[in-house]
Amino acid sequence: MTVRKNQALLTPDEKRRFVAALLELKRSGRYDAFVTTHNAFIVGDTDNGERVGHRSPSFLPWHRRFLLEFERALQAVDASVALPYWDWSTDRSIRSSLWAPDFLGGTGRSRDGQVMDGPFAASAGNWPINVRVDGRTFLRRSLGAAVRELPTRAEVESVLAMPVYDMAPWNSGSDGFRNHLEGWRGVNLHNRVHVWVGGQMATGVSPNDPVFWLHHAYIDKLWADWQRRHPGSGYLPAAGTPNVVDLGDTLKPWNDVRPADLLDHTAHYTFDAA
Amino acid sequence: MPELSRRSALTAAAVLATAAGVPAVTALTASAAAPDHHALPSFDEVYKGRRIKGGPSSGGGHHHHGGGYAVFVDGVELHVMRNADGSWISVVSHYDPVPTPRAAARAAVDELQGAELLPFPAN
Repeated sequence: MTVRKNQALLTPDEKRRFVAALLELKRSGRYDAFVTTHNAFIVGDTDNGERVGHRSPSFLPWHRRFLLEFERALQAVDASVALPYWDWSTDRSIRSSLWAPDFLGGTGRSRDGQVMDGPFAASAGNWPINVRVDGRTFLRRSLGAAVRELPTRAEVESVLAMPVYDMAPWNSGSDGFRNHLEGWRGVNLHNRVHVWVGGQMATGVSPNDPVFWLHHAYIDKLWADWQRRHPGSGYLPAAGTPNVVDLGDTLKPWNDVRPADLLDHTAHYTFDAA
Repeated sequence: MPELSRRSALTAAAVLATAAGVPAVTALTASAAAPDHHALPSFDEVYKGRRIKGGPSSGGGHHHHGGGYAVFVDGVELHVMRNADGSWISVVSHYDPVPTPRAAARAAVDELQGAELLPFPAN
């Protein structure tokens, strides 16, 4: 059984294996297919049209399935690897071990945002940015530049306290847990973290930065935490909603899985801590 | 809810909504709030040495999720999108809404740091 651990608690060997599996997916071309899929959904999901991966109730189950696919790809390289999660409400400094050279590398240099250390630095030659929206082929970050603070634990708690999963109009204008977690409304959790990291993480091709997976693994854990706090609250909407993935509708691009099939993560993995 | 068909689930939801005395959620789609992009002003300026333009787009192609409003940086289209609250984002600043398409174009120029934008869809 896969156990997803807090990135701060990984052993040096676990970090080495995770990084090596990422680099192998990149080398083989499989990594970039995930970036392409994400960008296609992010530019295709609209508030007044069909919306599946973002700005909609299925933001959470869509990313849960997306991460499962990615984790399975990693495990096909090294069966011991699981996706770690980044609790950015605790590890909120650019001095966190997350950004050390033995793991993800640090922030970018001021001139052009280029990441200069770690396994994903362009200078190491193993991490070309191929799926991109501009001419730059190197990984970029500007940690803490565009927005100063990552969300606090108190802000996370305020969102976890929301009892209703999602509400009409089921988009970026919604009240409820999902949209406050996604960040289009309120204290802003998920979106703000993308902006805080900067570089490709702030764009539609955000999975170009490996921290994408650790960020979303924590967002996914917060969904599980919310479910435990609100056992009487379920995924909404239940049925019959135009342009929106209802509980029993299938999710693109897989077309073989419904939100109803993804509510219980324990069928696929558990977390190291409640 | 095991293997509930879409139709029966819809019926069930409508019955529940009626019984609870609240409007069925299906009546509350956002289409009524569809933004009128033709009310938005065009712009054309040089910002940080780069030509940014925006305005209503007659093409209405399927990539135009600004929904009939197109933005260009040095002649290359920048994918932009309008949010339900009227704010805007672009593909190079997708998690950080700004008030207008011009602000999205300027944010893109800031983000690009002189780099060329690739035509959409890239790759």
